[in-house]
Amino acid sequence: MPSALSAGFGRIYSFLEWFGDLAIFSWQVARAAVTPPFEFRELFRQLDEIGSMSLPLVAAAGAAIGAVLSLEARYSLTRFGAKSMLPAAIVYSVIHETGPIITGLIVSGRVGAGIGAELASMKVTEQIDAIEASAVNPYKLLAVTRILACILMLPLLTLAADFCGVLVGWITQALAEPLSLQQFINSAFKGSNLNDFLPPTFKTAVFGLIIGLVSCFQGMRTQGGAAGVGRAATSSVVLSSLFVILADVVLVKFIIIFFP
Amino acid sequence: MATICTVTPTREEAERDGNVPAISVVDLHKSFGEQKVLNGINLSIRRGETLAVLGRSGTGKSVLLRIIIGLQKPDSGTVRIHGQDIEGLDLDHLSAIRMKMGFSFQHSALYDSLTVEQNVMFPLQHHSKELSKSMQRDRVRRVLAEVGMEGHLEKMPSDISGGMQKRVGLARALVLNPDILLLDEPTAGLDPISSAEIDDLILKLQTEHQMASIVVTHDLYSAKTIAGKLALIDKGSVVIEGTFAELQGSDNDFVRQFLKHS
Repeated sequence: MPSALSAGFGRIYSFLEWFGDLAIFSWQVARAAVTPPFEFRELFRQLDEIGSMSLPLVAAAGAAIGAVLSLEARYSLTRFGAKSMLPAAIVYSVIHETGPIITGLIVSGRVGAGIGAELASMKVTEQIDAIEASAVNPYKLLAVTRILACILMLPLLTLAADFCGVLVGWITQALAEPLSLQQFINSAFKGSNLNDFLPPTFKTAVFGLIIGLVSCFQGMRTQGGAAGVGRAATSSVVLSSLFVILADVVLVKFIIIFFP
Repeated sequence: MATICTVTPTREEAERDGNVPAISVVDLHKSFGEQKVLNGINLSIRRGETLAVLGRSGTGKSVLLRIIIGLQKPDSGTVRIHGQDIEGLDLDHLSAIRMKMGFSFQHSALYDSLTVEQNVMFPLQHHSKELSKSMQRDRVRRVLAEVGMEGHLEKMPSDISGGMQKRVGLARALVLNPDILLLDEPTAGLDPISSAEIDDLILKLQTEHQMASIVVTHDLYSAKTIAGKLALIDKGSVVIEGTFAELQGSDNDFVRQFLKHS
């Protein structure tokens, strides 16, 4: 068989093998998640690590997005004579899409790299083997806690990003044209309901699942010493970011259909 | 399909049937790609016995220990712990068996984000929840005192030497009072004085706790000191198993060469 064709088949095989291994890993994690004992102490530690440690970064990103949207939308809407729609445009953009996706990407970078590197380092130094030899389920202690923490924290972090985005969006708007916060909020949320806010916020729980699962998987299967740790950290970020974006495409459609 | 383990024999139950070894390895085979690492290993160790497994570097000694504790799976063969076949057991059933085993890693494998005390406390926190925090702490300090590390409780693994890390690793392996102790190169990389101290410590602990032990080492002096039986592995097979005197009396070329250069 020509070498290029053989190499191509090899890549496809590796690609499918990765998904197969991920499915097996997911099954192990799911089983560990529902069988006692539960690692509450480690879960709370991860909630702090993933949640409160990511908050400043996510808030800053949300604020920046709010400012950018305000500046950019103001210019575009003025051209089309729809400047009065600016508050609603900022708020809906932030809450529906940019807030959740930016939070997902920021967290996949900070948390994904951290989890991937930490678990990879533990793997190459046999610490995960030591956990297993101590008769402790490493999936339960290391993977379930981190994945659950990501699932629980992403919606809360998204709320923080949304809040900062809306607040800074108003500030940017008010600097260009005086507008009280009350007027901004009334204009932005006129005619809206909970369906506009809850589904986009809670879809980030799926982002959290992706980030936690991919990062833990990449970390716990590492081989190859320091180079392997670096590869695990990088691949955790790249793959979780990619899957977050792909999942967003599906989830947006899902929300449009089921929460019109 | 996983073997369903409804009852894991305890050491006491196994000893009532005096014929059941603590560790039994039958016809174990393991390859990594084309390289055959274990080629029909047979071993049997009873309570109170210590077997030293010797051989050249890269001959599968550590792989043997990892298979016995279930961290790796053999290609074929059987490993029984107190008569229980561990092949096919799922993680939870394997954990029940591992609670009776202590494993000391070649490079210690201490948890680098935990202090010395927390490292040794780790198995207790997960398996001795009936003990209060102060009782757990007392046991940890007692075990660390046994290995001479009672003055280093708050230090991180990166703050202590290699020899000290090995002691802490040994303490962590002992804290649950195991029936079986597996030691992977306990004196590798240590100076002669530290090696001798670790050997004396292992001997003292074995006398006190009467565990079934396997010690993997390429240090013949250490093996002679701590083990009643020695097994020499070459090309994946046990070339000879017996006392040091029996090894000395062997006319096998590999055995003679190994003893000559040790």
